[in-house]
Amino acid sequence: MFRRERSIPLRGSAAALCNNLSVLQLPVRNLTHFGVVHGPSAQLLSFAPEGLPLAQRQLHAKEGAGVSPPLITQVHWCVLPFRVLLVLTSHRGIQMFESDGSIMVYWHALDSGDASPVQAVFARGIAASGHFICVGTWSGRVLVFDIPAKGPNIVLSEELAGHQTPITDIATEPTQGQDCVADMVTADDSGLLCVWRSGPEFKLLTRIPGFGVPCPSVQLWQGTVAAGYGNGQVRLYEASTGTLHVQINAHARAICALDLAPEVGKVEHCHGECVPDTQVCGARFCDPSGSSFAVTGYDLAEILRFSSM
Amino acid sequence: MSVRTLPLLFLNLGGEMLYILDQRLRAQNVPGDKARKVLNDIVSTMFNRKFMEELFKPQELYSKKALRTVYDRLAHASIIRLNQASMDKLYDLMTVAFKYQVLMCPRPKDVLLVTFNHLDAIKGLIRDSPAILNQVDETFQQLTEVYGGLSAGEFQLIRQTLLIFFQDLHIRVSIFLKDRVQNSNGRFVLPVSGPVPWGTEVPGLIRMFNSKGEEVKTVEFKHGGNYVAAPKEGSFELYGDRVLKLGTNMYSVNRPVETHMSGASKNLASQTQESIAPNPLAKEELNFLARLLGGMETKKPSDPEARFRLNLFATEEEEEQAALTRPEELSYEVINIQATQSLF
Repeated sequence: MFRRERSIPLRGSAAALCNNLSVLQLPVRNLTHFGVVHGPSAQLLSFAPEGLPLAQRQLHAKEGAGVSPPLITQVHWCVLPFRVLLVLTSHRGIQMFESDGSIMVYWHALDSGDASPVQAVFARGIAASGHFICVGTWSGRVLVFDIPAKGPNIVLSEELAGHQTPITDIATEPTQGQDCVADMVTADDSGLLCVWRSGPEFKLLTRIPGFGVPCPSVQLWQGTVAAGYGNGQVRLYEASTGTLHVQINAHARAICALDLAPEVGKVEHCHGECVPDTQVCGARFCDPSGSSFAVTGYDLAEILRFSSM
Repeated sequence: MSVRTLPLLFLNLGGEMLYILDQRLRAQNVPGDKARKVLNDIVSTMFNRKFMEELFKPQELYSKKALRTVYDRLAHASIIRLNQASMDKLYDLMTVAFKYQVLMCPRPKDVLLVTFNHLDAIKGLIRDSPAILNQVDETFQQLTEVYGGLSAGEFQLIRQTLLIFFQDLHIRVSIFLKDRVQNSNGRFVLPVSGPVPWGTEVPGLIRMFNSKGEEVKTVEFKHGGNYVAAPKEGSFELYGDRVLKLGTNMYSVNRPVETHMSGASKNLASQTQESIAPNPLAKEELNFLARLLGGMETKKPSDPEARFRLNLFATEEEEEQAALTRPEELSYEVINIQATQSLF
């Protein structure tokens, strides 16, 4: 059972995007960082459990050609072996910052060359895999960036083809040193899931077809893919074969965010919570054991928190 | 975001505007022939073929202020006059209504059904004019061509684009407050009961499969809501039962347009968003407006007495009072454009 904790106020309301909440836990300093997209800006804040928010910062997407300021699609912390980077995706490109958002270390402009005039061009879907950061794009291509242990010498090392429709989300998990094990899954607007093995060259292991609805949110844990779909279903698949293990009629509306607490591993409905009159757009566990989680909602200028009793 | 959003935004807001004007014309006891002329003139301007061509070109959405200017011109393409307070009120009602409709659509694709509801009702308002009816039907065709084949993912992006446009808008509308559709803080009530969207199953079931794909176990759980299966899908044809009620006319003789504007919620965020947005008089925006407005003729009635004032408030005193007390953060700076030179 979970109970509501004190909310964290935001300077700007959350935009109606999927996966609109990123959480970075720094257990050593007992701090939690939260990242939420407002629209043309993203808000970062640091929070200590029993205190007031410690620091706030607003980031904007890098300007470019066009009338209005570019909209941000996602903000996400990537934990790599030797550093943590904050990645921000927008309708112009991909920006990478030091984890507190203070310095931009890398900018990649999206190439809209072969987009038709009716297509929206954007980057969306961010995940770290070993010393790589993978970012999805509107075309379905996934860009793989090689990140050095420090400094700005970030290089685009590979572009993965596997999807034909815009990427919605990417999830990864550490390989635990085993060979031939799936450690990344990418999802798109058609509901297709691609399962990959990372490496100097990424290898496509399996494709799990969609069924006519987008898959906005996906997670990977111990060889199991957990996917949330636009028709309210959550499905669990075996990553290496694509076999469906569990299908849950979970929600009455499209799923916008899905998170797994890595230290716990069973499928059981433990708790249902209804945030009154709010369309949820982001949800994350705040610690690996799943004892607390946070939620954002469209038009809501606060982060809602819950912890287990 | 999606570059295919503007036609949906424009047509739905336009539909709401017509509902409200129709109600006000009746409330002010405007003679039938005059009232019909007002509606006919606005609808025929709205659905003008060249105007629609511009509208349907792939483009980004512009600011609320720029769009308000378009509706100001549209209203004045008829013989009515609206002063600023009434025009502000009208635009507020239009935007809140459509925001509600977008938010409440069970599936992102249902925004197309909402649009068709508006068009169906518009056809009812101008049913004595076959030429204008034809224009509306042509637009219907265009909508079907552009949106009929879009995927669920593309509709999801359109929905997100619309919601970003309406973000932080919390103006309270008393007809919504009375119907308990809106809370006193301006947020909409989201019911957790009723039919699920078409294509969604009622929540509460976990099904487990073995490696051969056979179902081996099912577990039920309490979802917390009270949902039932969707009865049927709304029709996307020219004529048909849309099933969805969103986008139909909620104003009638007995449900008047609200005349008391409740104070807006003080929200820093609404200022933040607009202050980050570029100067609304940016060159590109002016070009866009000029192109759209260039297609609208400003009709000068032969008889200057033919124009009459429409009031969105119950009395002139109320209208004056509203103008004086309108909260700063909700003021729409009117963009004045000399768009007399048509580009066509």
